[in-house]
Amino acid sequence: MDNAALLVEIPRLRRYARALLGNRAAADDLVQDTLERAWARCALWRAGSDLRAWLFSIMHNLRIDQLRRPNLPSHSIDEDDFEVPTRATQSDRLEVRDLESALRQLPDEQREVLLLVALEDLSYAEVAGMLGIPVGTVMSRLARGRERLRRLMEERPPGVNLRVVR
Amino acid sequence: MNKLPMTEDDLQAWVDGALPAVRRGEVEEYLATHPEEAERVRAYRAQKQVLKAMFQPVLDEPLPERLQALATPPVAVDPEKRPFFTRWSLQRIAAGLLVAIVSGAAGWLGHAQYQAADSRQAQRVPLPRQAAVAHVVFSPDVRRPVEVGAAQEDQLVAWLSKRLGTTVRPPKLGALGYELIGGRLLPGNSGPVAQFMYHDASGQRLTLYVTTENASNRDTGFRFAKEGPVNVFYWIDGQFGYALSAGIDKAELARVATAVYDQLERK
Repeated sequence: MDNAALLVEIPRLRRYARALLGNRAAADDLVQDTLERAWARCALWRAGSDLRAWLFSIMHNLRIDQLRRPNLPSHSIDEDDFEVPTRATQSDRLEVRDLESALRQLPDEQREVLLLVALEDLSYAEVAGMLGIPVGTVMSRLARGRERLRRLMEERPPGVNLRVVR
Repeated sequence: MNKLPMTEDDLQAWVDGALPAVRRGEVEEYLATHPEEAERVRAYRAQKQVLKAMFQPVLDEPLPERLQALATPPVAVDPEKRPFFTRWSLQRIAAGLLVAIVSGAAGWLGHAQYQAADSRQAQRVPLPRQAAVAHVVFSPDVRRPVEVGAAQEDQLVAWLSKRLGTTVRPPKLGALGYELIGGRLLPGNSGPVAQFMYHDASGQRLTLYVTTENASNRDTGFRFAKEGPVNVFYWIDGQFGYALSAGIDKAELARVATAVYDQLERK
């Protein structure tokens, strides 16, 4: 693997992980695990193939492993958790927070597809390849995720939803 | 002129700008006459834009050091020099078979001794159990498996050696396909003990538990214990007790235990 090429992909992995998990520390941990696994398996990467797609698939598989593994629960405690709560005051900020919390309410598989399409501008076929699912499944998860997100946003009475911001 | 019926996939593809021009035109005609659908897909488009804007700043954040460091291969992994399949050499398989035979015998012989040791230390948690519990507790931890990572191996060695009051150094198991992840300090029966963690390319983790609490014990050969799903090889060498734990089969573990033993003997 080319170090420079890898370095370029790290911010994208972080962005996606952040959106997927909603927590900076957990997201960076996932990115770190992804990079470690990528290095451990770098002999399996075919030079000239799509590095980004490969890394995203590794991240996806790691996440599946983590969700499936019946292990002892362990939580990382980060500084973030101890920040004094403050309220969002700007309405645009509020809207972003609302969307973010609505995003948390989507099933994992829908959020994953929706974010890959929205953030990475991937084609449906590329998403299908990364996740190892048929294109038809990508389409149905995308449609369901978008609709669910829209309904969640519409259900919110404007202005009432002052959410405590970390 | 026959148009294809409008499908949900077409509408989604319109949101993502993924339609060929002709079909896009047809979708737009359809939306012009179906205001509710039009409102729905425009909401999807807005969603997409807000999501993008929302997470865009992450791209410009400075990378944390631990991620920056991983843009280059972690210690001891050299992709050029260690192609995947060479690890499965004939020599390796032969060594594995030999160790399997030796360890089978050692495990059998060790069984009685293990029971004796058990009664001698009635008040203390036996070494293999301590090690197995530590393995079960820490090895599944994806985020924080170790306190100090292999990247700071020197610091790790200095720190653990200081706390244990004697030099402790993680053996190098790269030749067997196991790379050091790092280590941590743990409470033993009466003081600090060290745990080193390794993993192989498949993510299988293995821990080496090192105690210095065995001053009164005689040296032993390899002993084998099974604690639930965890197999443990352990031995006592002077004040040191070593236990190697993993959820891998006995023969594979024996192979690693032999390598660890050899390295510790040589030092």
